Amino acid sequence: MTSVMEIYQLLPKTNCKQCGKSTCMAFAVDLLARKLKVDDCLPMVNNTKYSSDYDKLNKLITPVSGVTETGLIVHEDKCIGCGNCVVACPVNVAADPFGAGSGKAPTSDKVIFKVEDGIVKAKNVQECRRFGENKTICVACIDTCPTKAIEFV
Amino acid sequence: MVFSVFRFGDYLSEYFVCTGCALLCDDIEVDVQENRINTVNAACRKGVARMKGCTDPLVCTVDGKEEGIDKAVQKAASILRDAKNPLIFGHGNSSSEAQKLSIDLAKMTGAYIDDTSSFCQGPLVEAILQEKLKTCTLDDVRHRADVIIFWGADPSNSHPRHLSRYSYYPRGKERQRGWEEDRTLISIDIRRSDTALLCKDERFYRIPISGDAEFMEALVSSLSGKVPKTSFDYEKKRILELSNVLRKAKFGVICAGLGLVYSLEQLDPLFKLMDKLNELSDFHLIPMVGQYNMRGFNHNLFEETGYINRLKFDPQNDEPLHGPEYSIVETLYNKKVDAALIIGSDPLSSLPYSIAQNLKDIPLITIDPCQTLTASRSTVTIPCALGGVEADGTAVRMDGAEVTLKKIIKTDRLTDHEILKMIMEAI
Ligand code: SF4
Ligand code: SF4
Ligand code: SF4
Ligand code: SF4
Repeated sequence: MTSVMEIYQLLPKTNCKQCGKSTCMAFAVDLLARKLKVDDCLPMVNNTKYSSDYDKLNKLITPVSGVTETGLIVHEDKCIGCGNCVVACPVNVAADPFGAGSGKAPTSDKVIFKVEDGIVKAKNVQECRRFGENKTICVACIDTCPTKAIEFV
Repeated sequence: MVFSVFRFGDYLSEYFVCTGCALLCDDIEVDVQENRINTVNAACRKGVARMKGCTDPLVCTVDGKEEGIDKAVQKAASILRDAKNPLIFGHGNSSSEAQKLSIDLAKMTGAYIDDTSSFCQGPLVEAILQEKLKTCTLDDVRHRADVIIFWGADPSNSHPRHLSRYSYYPRGKERQRGWEEDRTLISIDIRRSDTALLCKDERFYRIPISGDAEFMEALVSSLSGKVPKTSFDYEKKRILELSNVLRKAKFGVICAGLGLVYSLEQLDPLFKLMDKLNELSDFHLIPMVGQYNMRGFNHNLFEETGYINRLKFDPQNDEPLHGPEYSIVETLYNKKVDAALIIGSDPLSSLPYSIAQNLKDIPLITIDPCQTLTASRSTVTIPCALGGVEADGTAVRMDGAEVTLKKIIKTDRLTDHEILKMIMEAI
């Protein structure tokens, strides 16, 4: 998983504030959370001396649409629809023990993951165990994915 | 297997079967619009691609020119009638109904008949049918298995839903607490596959190429309380540790992939390992069959003749002649075949070139839903309906369970079964 430091190392580190942030580090944090885009750092776009770092950064921060409010991202291009996360997610198991929890197609609307047209779709993400009042460190969906298609930012 | 309509709150689903691989997942939801498959839910990406049909459908042709079905059938019949030693090959992607007719057609024409199992999972399926290997169903695996070994297999790529549907992640009757507590996943392979990455606590055992037999023998020694020796100096501590896990298993299963089959010259080391494991514990083996109904062909031929593949029928008395010399590879290599009917398969792209090229010199008939390399070289091509999507039928899952396939959309194309019937009538 990409870290803030990895991103920071690729930035100009001049704290020029053109991105609207006070430091490059603050920019890195927002970039990781996908609140900003790589192109919001104007020096990286305009100054050719950063062009190789710019390319590396773009590879690192794959553009994703629909980062959920909890920071869960599914890299749809990597997902093979194996359903491991669907069956492993404790929220899915609790909401649908005889469907998703038993390995079958989900039979409840309360599940977080569901495979549609070969690719996993995340819904009800507010139910994820990593968030809310009683949050726990759950990595079930990340650990069970053979292609590392799930990430939390 | 019965199709049920589940009602869950306002959930109403009719389930279909995916024919993308021999896992035959039977919980697929399909949205159809104007007789076209719009979305496919619960299937993996591979299954969706299969169910949405071919990008390049096969056209009905004779000598490369588009023709009506009747003319194509007549031509196919005359090719088979004129041939002295025709070959009927394929069947991995055909319904059991078509496979049975194929066997009848082989009898009628004194043909060689074979399928891809003769160079892949055949030996294992044969040993299972002859009750030399203990097996179980995938449902048993889901409900009971606590130790699951993928040996020379990488289901994350070949059968993407294997782990989630049956073998590792789902809860089952005796496996209520989830995979982390209830199951141990083990991968034995020559490389760290995507599946090996999912094994916890270093339960991946990398063995050298063709090291499978020796590794099996070392496991048997270790299970017998002897020191496990291998010529490749495998760390003894790890073998001892592994054999302890196996010994303690309540219900173990070896999911045997092509890696295992290809590396064993004969199955004895596997038999010995399974015997030993069953002295100490309860172990089963399931072959990781690829194409959706390859195992069905083996079953159907076995029922009819007592053999699972590699046959020729004696035209005089219908007696099956069987042996390695009747396999597709040997018959083509020795140029024994003078015409071939290829059904639900693409040997020109799946066989080694040196062997496949002998197909190019003889008249070929291809029956398939999609355009294939073999079809592009065929004298006659007859498009058929896509099994499980445009046609009903029956198939046998990798574990031997029979599954009913139900048509989802309508098509004008005939089923493989109907086409074979027409050819037989024409002969
Ligand atoms: S625009 Fe770029 S260089 Fe300037 S502060 Fe922001 S991240 Fe740093
Ligand atoms: S972190 Fe846990 S609860 Fe949250 S989506 Fe992933 S598996 Fe489900
Ligand atoms: S585990 Fe990964 S590849 Fe499998 S369905 Fe989930 S996101 Fe997709
Ligand atoms: S695992 Fe095989 S049968 Fe199941 S959905 Fe995928 S391709 Fe289809």
